Amino acid sequence: MSEVADVLVRCLVVVLAFLTLPLLVGQMEHKAMAHMQGRVGPMAAGGFHGWAQLVADGVKFVQKESITPVAADRRVFELAPAVALVPYLVAMLAIPLGPFFGHGVLIGHDLDLGLFFVLAAMSVGVLGTLMGGLGSGNKYSYIGGMRVAAQLMSYELPMVLAAASVAMLAGTLSLVGIADAFEPWWLLVQLPGLVVFFVAGLAELQRPPFDAPLADAELVMGPLTEYGGMRFAMFLLAEYAGIVVLAALTTVLFLGGWAGPWSDHLGWAWTLLKIAGVSFLVIWARVAYPRLREDQVNVLAWKVLVPLALAQVTLTTLVVVW
Amino acid sequence: MTDRLDAYFDGYVAVGAIVVAGLLLATAMLGVNRLMRPRAASVAKLTTYESGVDPVGQGWAQSTVRYYVFAFLYVIFAVDAVFLFPWAVVLDEIGRAAAVEMGVFVGILAIGLGYAWRKGVLSWT
Repeated sequence: MSEVADVLVRCLVVVLAFLTLPLLVGQMEHKAMAHMQGRVGPMAAGGFHGWAQLVADGVKFVQKESITPVAADRRVFELAPAVALVPYLVAMLAIPLGPFFGHGVLIGHDLDLGLFFVLAAMSVGVLGTLMGGLGSGNKYSYIGGMRVAAQLMSYELPMVLAAASVAMLAGTLSLVGIADAFEPWWLLVQLPGLVVFFVAGLAELQRPPFDAPLADAELVMGPLTEYGGMRFAMFLLAEYAGIVVLAALTTVLFLGGWAGPWSDHLGWAWTLLKIAGVSFLVIWARVAYPRLREDQVNVLAWKVLVPLALAQVTLTTLVVVW
Repeated sequence: MTDRLDAYFDGYVAVGAIVVAGLLLATAMLGVNRLMRPRAASVAKLTTYESGVDPVGQGWAQSTVRYYVFAFLYVIFAVDAVFLFPWAVVLDEIGRAAAVEMGVFVGILAIGLGYAWRKGVLSWT
């Protein structure tokens, strides 16, 4: 009985984290982007610096009409937002936050195959956007969908190779095991892997500068063109949940997870702090770089990131064996 | 052996629970929306969006898939990546022999990538 309760409580905590962390990242994006561009961002909702802006957005989205175009493949079109959203929740289950006031590691569930599981779940999430693109029956969506497919194929590989390099050093695929095995010199040896993983992660989430599939100036909103109301909100939530998952995975794999002073008690706070830092970088990249052209997107993956990731795997092999 | 297998699969009960939680969450979001939203149907609203003009032809059309080569490359390398994970876990135990074997495997793939690069399939014309 207590085991069942344990699983349920952990799932509930994961769901709560899934519903709050993406909103925090979204609010950080509103504010950080605004200040980088010499604006102030939302100020009215909630009173204090517009903290309730995304809550207000949510209330608005809930009340909006649901429209499925006649030309769309109805079932695919309507299922796509859920396919985009749920995998990130599933991925969060296996990501550890670290020791919680001496009560062991705070995690949904420590899977043996944690790393493999999270990477697999993340790539399922991209299928949601692909379904939206091909199911909308809209030319912009279709072109956007093709770009999503190309981007997924190109960037999945360097990401997986960089992640494998960490697994080689740690000798385990459990995310708790990887973070426990972390040593500070990894930061230096894994630096190329870190860069490859982060850049490939950005591309997989279709975040700027890799937002060629959405490219509002040429494709309206790419695969999301025909979406509005609640389904559009689910795609948005999926995007920000994706940022959280990417930041958390980068933290656990490359930045030592909960490594830091008093980590036995405050490990979870260190992890959250690092996740916030990486999320900030994701937002910063959106402000700092212009969008890559579609051919540049694929060339960057195959001519820069894949060779770099292969070199990283070779380097790690040498380090482990000697 | 069965005990270990049972313990292993017990771990995935949590995975099943979170998948169910995710489906419930998505259903709840769309369900609340269904209760709250207005219904004001009109034919014009249900047409495909094409920047304000009436849609021309169909949304699904034949198009040049310039990146089909990338798809081939991906399939080849993805198989390699799957083999890499179990190998990564035992690398430290087996040592140099494992490193050499994977070196040969990855080396052949790298030569393939180099060949594709030299042939110019990685850049668009």
